[in-house]
Amino acid sequence: MNWEMVIGLETHVELSTKTKIFCGCTTRFGGEPNTQCCHICTGMPGSLPVLNRSVVEYAAKAGLTLGGEVNTRSVMARKHYVYPDLTKAYQISQYDLPLVTGGGMYLANGRRIGLTRIHIEEDPGKLVYAGGEVRIDYNRSGIPLIEIVTEPDFRSKDEVLEYMERLQTALRAIGVSDCRMQEGSMRCDVNISLRRPGESAYGTRSETKNLNSFTAVAAAIEYEYDRQAEILDGGGTVTQETRAFDADTGETSASRGKEDADDYRYFPEPDIITVILPCDDIERLRGTLPEMPEDKLRRYTAELGVSEADARLLTKYRAVSEYFEKAVENVTPKLAAGFITTTMFSDVTTEAQREHWNPAVTAEHLNGLLRLLDENKINRATARRVYRQMDETGGPATAFLSDEDMGGVDGDALIEMCRAAISSNAKSVADYRAGKEKALKAIVGAVMRESKGRADAQAAEKTILRLIGGEK
Amino acid sequence: MLKSPDLPSRVKMTSITEIRALLDARKISAVELAKIYLDAVKRENPALSAYITVTEDAALDAARRADERIGAGESVPPLCGMPFVLKDNISTAGIRTTCGSKMLENYVPFYDAAVWEALRGQDAVMLGKGNMDEFAMGSTNETSYFGGAKNPRDLARVAGGSSGGVAAAVAGGLASFGIGSDTGGSIRQPASFCGVVGLKPTYGAVSRHGLIAYASSLDQIGPIAVSVKDLAAVFDAISARDKRDMTSRGAEQVSDSLTGDIRGMKIGLAREFYEGLPTDIAKALESAAKTYEKLGAELVDVSFPALRHALPAYYILACAEASSNLGRYDGLRYGRRAEGGGTLDETIRRTRSEGFGREVRRRILLGTYVLSAGYYDAYYNRAQLLRRGITNEFERMFSELDVLLTPTAPVTALPFGADLSPVETYQTDICTVPVNIAGAPAVSIPCGFDSDGLPIGAQLIGAKRGEKTILSAALAFENETGGAFIKAPTSGVKL
Repeated sequence: MNWEMVIGLETHVELSTKTKIFCGCTTRFGGEPNTQCCHICTGMPGSLPVLNRSVVEYAAKAGLTLGGEVNTRSVMARKHYVYPDLTKAYQISQYDLPLVTGGGMYLANGRRIGLTRIHIEEDPGKLVYAGGEVRIDYNRSGIPLIEIVTEPDFRSKDEVLEYMERLQTALRAIGVSDCRMQEGSMRCDVNISLRRPGESAYGTRSETKNLNSFTAVAAAIEYEYDRQAEILDGGGTVTQETRAFDADTGETSASRGKEDADDYRYFPEPDIITVILPCDDIERLRGTLPEMPEDKLRRYTAELGVSEADARLLTKYRAVSEYFEKAVENVTPKLAAGFITTTMFSDVTTEAQREHWNPAVTAEHLNGLLRLLDENKINRATARRVYRQMDETGGPATAFLSDEDMGGVDGDALIEMCRAAISSNAKSVADYRAGKEKALKAIVGAVMRESKGRADAQAAEKTILRLIGGEK
Repeated sequence: MLKSPDLPSRVKMTSITEIRALLDARKISAVELAKIYLDAVKRENPALSAYITVTEDAALDAARRADERIGAGESVPPLCGMPFVLKDNISTAGIRTTCGSKMLENYVPFYDAAVWEALRGQDAVMLGKGNMDEFAMGSTNETSYFGGAKNPRDLARVAGGSSGGVAAAVAGGLASFGIGSDTGGSIRQPASFCGVVGLKPTYGAVSRHGLIAYASSLDQIGPIAVSVKDLAAVFDAISARDKRDMTSRGAEQVSDSLTGDIRGMKIGLAREFYEGLPTDIAKALESAAKTYEKLGAELVDVSFPALRHALPAYYILACAEASSNLGRYDGLRYGRRAEGGGTLDETIRRTRSEGFGREVRRRILLGTYVLSAGYYDAYYNRAQLLRRGITNEFERMFSELDVLLTPTAPVTALPFGADLSPVETYQTDICTVPVNIAGAPAVSIPCGFDSDGLPIGAQLIGAKRGEKTILSAALAFENETGGAFIKAPTSGVKL
């Protein structure tokens, strides 16, 4: 039997504020275990949380970007559960009054994925399994998170993956998170259920928690679809439960502790006053939002005439698009885009390198080079050679251009021009072949006009003669 | 050592004012003073159990620093060199902070509470950490793992709770003042039982940074002292806005503007507080009211019908928050861990069963229950609505009143092992809990003795941020009665 899958996603994203959500400890990734914590983020007796204003603003920016409504008044709440990485036996989160409600995102197929809410909360510490021991690293404890909850609007695995990719791009573009799944700064819980196509009621769902890569999300969805379909095909019923994904086997399994049905005993956090974000602040934040990658993509293709493939590459990371926009000034956009995505990207191949785009050739220097190329003052080969030298030394293009390079049009460019002149002056060619020496001057004259006088007339004449097979 | 002929041979509870004069006149050094107090503590504490931990070295260090400041001729802060006791739920880096619990018997914090910083900044001399009901849950000090503090007026009786050790130390002359915490009466009731004065400030006046939480929305730190002026001086020293506590707002300074002139002040008597009071207490309060009338205050009969909702609302909210606040004690990172190994769950379960006493376990269970799915609306939500109702009634009353005069407790110091049921014990908090629910300030002052000679306390409640008003009213009473109700203790410091 064919089943339709219905998926809702909860995505946890670590915010890249400098300090943690309730204390002044750094959020830097990768420090020695338990060197970036204090009495507050380790939940020592008597410690009190002080809400980091930047966290509220970062989360609000995410909300605005994703089309949600940022609430001027929201409330922090305690969510209780017992786990050794959770220092206070409760996580400070939000419950019935989250910072952002609503929002949504359009997919390429035109379908809209609705967002239920975005709330802010603290990340717990991390269990480290090593040598048969479990140790706890509290460096992560208190890192600010937003949880982005969607409606059950996905109908396929591909929609989920596309949403995740677009979410990553959008949050990176506004600078609120690096969304690195491999470092745990973006993690997903997948709620999935099946129903017969055309049915309006939802089936019973399972929730697979803590998926930390696109591959894991895809595999978990596939596995859960097959598992649930098999149960339903056999006339059975799916149990509503929390499941864990094993990256080694690609399978999910029911999490332990089913007998204790989740009861988080939420209540308003008495140590944190109501979170107030005045309308003026919300508008100020809206004003700081950069152009969204989707809008940028549209602008690059429609207004600048950049190919869609190049535009996608350029808009994927903010650092790259910012570089492009500086380098493209007074240069044909297509030329600039092509140079970056071919010549430059051939050296910078990993996603991480592109994310942290920081080439030795500054955008200003590249712009200088591209202008010369665009104005035909140098040819492509020269441009590539000079780029290599600039890349090695960090110097400007002019430092590596000889008078000869600059002297005019030569090499490939000259050949091109001569070819063009030959094909558009067929009569002169025929006349020359018929013995009219003067006819050659007309062809050379065409090249000189085309090159605005920068071509070497003698070189042009030689080239033309070689191309039309005549020797003088 | 200085032995001035001017000094009284036996100063019972010596006030900050008196000690300040002696120190500033160099009639005694802060170190000498600290030694006298420390000797007294060593002598008397075994019988009184006022202190859980005595911090002799730290006290002498602080006293030396105080002497340097006094010696340098600088104008020293009011509490410089002043020996005091700090309740053992207030974090002191490097000094164990037990909360009166087996769970934290050997817990040594690595950071300082805001109030401790403020007092140390003045070079006040902490003699040690005051005994208390376990995690501040109790009204008799009997839930302390270290044995309840005894009442200096009668050693067979309790000092009250939960700040019983602090009140006993001050009343017993083993500290010139003390710092307690008050969630439902924990400063005022022991002050009343021991015959001293205690102030529960407006919620937010004093930073809770470093105060080990019982019920976060109700907890407030405040002073216990032997005179109203002392109380004001300590309140001024510890009240301040603190960025580390989002609920803190600070308070205006009160000491310099306490006049004790209460002419024209409107003092309310809400009948609900007086229903079913024992005769001695009713008489003492009646007499106090008459004194106020004589001093020129206007007595106003008012009604506070929400009083009957105060206890249920309080115990639901306090236990709910306590169940959450105390979840962190699992023995993994600090505190006591049960022996015997086993799985993580088993270890945590055993640690909590062994480390917490009965009363704490009871309140955790109660709090967990009222927050559970399916019960939240019936209990926690309704208690929050009651809280709003009580707060509104307070505001309504104080739109027409300056002060509400009530007993501090419907009982005087109970004998040890009075064997009240938990509910009977909770009922003795009836007069104090509404104040915490409303976030208002209140002061307890001694106003008489019962037939057993035990102190009776009167409570003066004010509007939010009305510390100046209630302390002025308290001062007026103290001035008029000449401290007649502050009786010499059976023990104490000889200066």
